[in-house]
Amino acid sequence: MRTLREIAVGQTVTVVKIEVTGAMKRRIMDMGITKGTDIFVRKIAPLGDPIELKVRDYELFLRKEDAEKILVE
Amino acid sequence: MITVLALVGNPNCGKTTMFNNLTGSDQYVGNWPGVTVAKKGGMLLNHPDCEVVDLPGIYSLSPYTLEEVVTRDFLVYEHPSVIINIVDASNLERNLYLTTQLLELEIPVVLALNMMDVVEANGDEIDIERLSRELKCMVVPIAAINGYGLGELINVALAVAKEKSTNQGLPIFSDTEEISVRGIERLLPDRESTQLKRWLAIKIFERDNKVIEQIKISNNLLERMNALRRRCEVAEDDDAESIVINARYRYITNTLRSCIKKKLKTGELSASDKIDSIVTNRLLAFPIFFIIMWAVYYIAIQTLGSMSVNGMEKIFGTFSDYLTQLMELGGVSLTIQSLVVNGVVGGVGAVLGFVPQITILFVFLSFLEDCGYMSRAAFIMDRAFRQFGLSGKSFIPMLVGTGCSVPGIMATRTIENEKDRRLTIMLTPFIPCSAKMPVFVLFAASLFPDKSWVGPSMYFWGIIMVVVSGIILKRTAPFAGETAPFVMEMPAYHMPGLKTVLKHTWEQVKSFILKAGTIVFAASVLVWFLQSFNTSLDLVSPTESMLANIGRFLAPVFVPQGFGNWQAAFAALTGFLAKEAIVSTFAILAGSGGDAGSKADLVLKLQSMFTPASAYAFMIFTLLAAPCCAAVGAIRSEMGSWKWTFFAVGYQTGVAYILAAIIYQVGSIIQ
Repeated sequence: MRTLREIAVGQTVTVVKIEVTGAMKRRIMDMGITKGTDIFVRKIAPLGDPIELKVRDYELFLRKEDAEKILVE
Repeated sequence: MITVLALVGNPNCGKTTMFNNLTGSDQYVGNWPGVTVAKKGGMLLNHPDCEVVDLPGIYSLSPYTLEEVVTRDFLVYEHPSVIINIVDASNLERNLYLTTQLLELEIPVVLALNMMDVVEANGDEIDIERLSRELKCMVVPIAAINGYGLGELINVALAVAKEKSTNQGLPIFSDTEEISVRGIERLLPDRESTQLKRWLAIKIFERDNKVIEQIKISNNLLERMNALRRRCEVAEDDDAESIVINARYRYITNTLRSCIKKKLKTGELSASDKIDSIVTNRLLAFPIFFIIMWAVYYIAIQTLGSMSVNGMEKIFGTFSDYLTQLMELGGVSLTIQSLVVNGVVGGVGAVLGFVPQITILFVFLSFLEDCGYMSRAAFIMDRAFRQFGLSGKSFIPMLVGTGCSVPGIMATRTIENEKDRRLTIMLTPFIPCSAKMPVFVLFAASLFPDKSWVGPSMYFWGIIMVVVSGIILKRTAPFAGETAPFVMEMPAYHMPGLKTVLKHTWEQVKSFILKAGTIVFAASVLVWFLQSFNTSLDLVSPTESMLANIGRFLAPVFVPQGFGNWQAAFAALTGFLAKEAIVSTFAILAGSGGDAGSKADLVLKLQSMFTPASAYAFMIFTLLAAPCCAAVGAIRSEMGSWKWTFFAVGYQTGVAYILAAIIYQVGSIIQ
C-alpha cells in the first residue's frame, strides 16, 4: 500500500485509509476524499508543492505533507 | 410577514451571480454579529415582501469554521421560509454533499441546478426528474450567468415556502448505522419536533460538540447514546464522523449513477484542464504569471496610462481657465478664486487625472478575479509562501491589494487560521496599491526621468518587505503556530460576462472617484486653507502659513530620511488621509492651479525639494507606512480590535521609517 504522495502524475488510485487527523481530516473528507474514492493525480505545482488532484469531477489541491497521510492502492 | 429565502451553496457555485440577479441593486452588506463574516441580503425583485439572504459559501454544515457555524445558526435559529441550495451541475457529487445535510433540517429545500450551460457544453446529460425523485425535493435547472430558469426558480421557491412543507429524510445510512441513529433519536426528549429530533440524533452521533452542549441532556442519557454510537463504530471499524461522511457520499454516488451521463471519460481533458496545462505548467507557470502582471501594469501605467494623464491635464487646464473667467465675471474674490483653482481643481484634478489608468488596472484585475485565475495563483505560490509561514491563500489578498488594499484586506476572509489571517492583513498594505501609483509616477517622472526601473522597483520593495516581515514575525509569539490545513478547490475557468467585469470594475473606480470627491476634496481644501493663512487668519505666503508651521514642527522627524522640510513632512502627513492626497498636496504647494504649465511647475517644485536619494526614500516611506484611513478602517474591521490595528499600523510605519532612513543614508553616499 502506498501513500498518495508517492503516486506519479497521470495515475489513478483508490483511497484505502485516511490517516490525517483533526480538523484537516474532516476538511479532506468533506471535500470528497473518502475510503473507496478514486483520485487522479493531475500535476505537481511548479515549486514542487502542492499537488493537483481530480476528485469526484472537480480539481483540488493538497499539500504533499497531507497527501503522505492518505493511503491508496 | 416577510418570506425569507436563504441562498446556500458551495463556494464557486455561482451564488453571488444568482444573488445579484435576484436582488438587483437593492442589497445591503454587513457582518454577522460578532464575527468577521460577510452578511449579504436584499429584497427580491418585484416581490416587496420577500427577502433574500446570501449565506457564506460552505462545503459542509459542520461546526468547525466560522462560515459553517454562521450558516448553520442562521438556518436553525432564524428559520428562513425556504432554502435555495445552489449547486454546480458540472460538479454534482461534491455539491450534493451539502445538500444531503440541508435536507435534514426542518426548512424546505429547492435545489437550483446551476451552470446548466456548462453541462450542455460538455455534452453531459442529467435526468432532472429522476434526481428530484431521489432527493425528494424540487429541482430547477438554471444558468445564473444568463438568467435562464430564474423565473421558474423564484416561482417554485415561493410556492414551496407557502406550502410550509418539510423535507423527507434521505435514507443514507446502512442498517447498522440506522439502528444507532434511531436509537439516539428515541432517547431525545419529546420537546423537539420529529424532524429536528432526527437532525439532532445525527449530529450527536457525529459527536457535534456544539449541538451536544446546546441541548443539555442528562449524563445518563448521554452515556446511553455514547454506547449506541460505540457499537456502530466497532462494527464498522471507523469513527462516527467518518461513518456519516462516507454514508452521505455513498448515497450520492449511488443516486447519481442513475441520474447523470457524463461525456468525458476519466483522464480526458476538459477545456479548463487544457488551459491549465499551460498556465500551471511546471516550466511556464511563473513566466506566464510575471508576463501577465507585467503586461497589466505596463499597459495600465506606462503606455495607455501616461497618455491619458497628459490628456486629463489638458482638460483640467482648460476647465480651470474657464472657471477663472467665470469667477472674474461674477466678481468673485481672489481668495475664493484661489481656493477653487489652486485648492480644489489643482488638488482634486491632480488625482482625478489618474482615473483612466486606474480604470484600466481594475478592468484587468477584475477579469483575473472573475475568470478563476486567482486560485491558480494560490496554487503556484503556496510553496513560496510556506517558507515564511503563510499559505498560497495569502497571495490572493495581496494580488487584489495591487488594486486597492481595502478589498485585499477583506479577501483575507478565506484564510481560516486566525494568526495567518492577522499576519496577511498586516502585510497586504505593503504591496503598492493604485492610490500610491500616482505618487510613484510623479516622483519617478520628476526625479528619475530616464530611469524606468524606479516605478516597478516599488513592487520589488513591497514584496521583499512582505517576505522579510513574514519570516521575522512568524517567529514571534503572536503569530507562531502550526501551518493551517490547506485544501483548496480549483474551479473551472469561465469567461466572465462583460457585464460582470464592468460592474466589478465600476465598483472600484467609483470608490476611487468618490474618494477623490470626498476625502481628497476635503484634504485639498484643508491644505489650501492651511497654506494660505496664518493663525490670525491673515492671507500670507505659503512659507508663513499654518501649514508651514505644522510642517516645520514635524520636519525634524524626517531628517534621517532626507526630506526634513515642511512641505514634504506635511505631504507625508496627508498620506494618512489618502495616498493620492500626497500628490494633490504637492500640487497645491507648487501653486500649480490649472494652466498648461502646471505639471512642469510641479515637477520643478519637486526637483527643488528632493534629491534623488531623498525622493526614493520618500517613495519607500509612502509605500510602506500606514495605509490610508479607509484601509485602516478595513484593518480594524477585519482584525476586530483596536489593539491589533494599532499594532499593524505601528509596525508598518516603523518599518517605513527605518527603511526610508537607510535608503536615504546609503543613497546619499552613493551619489
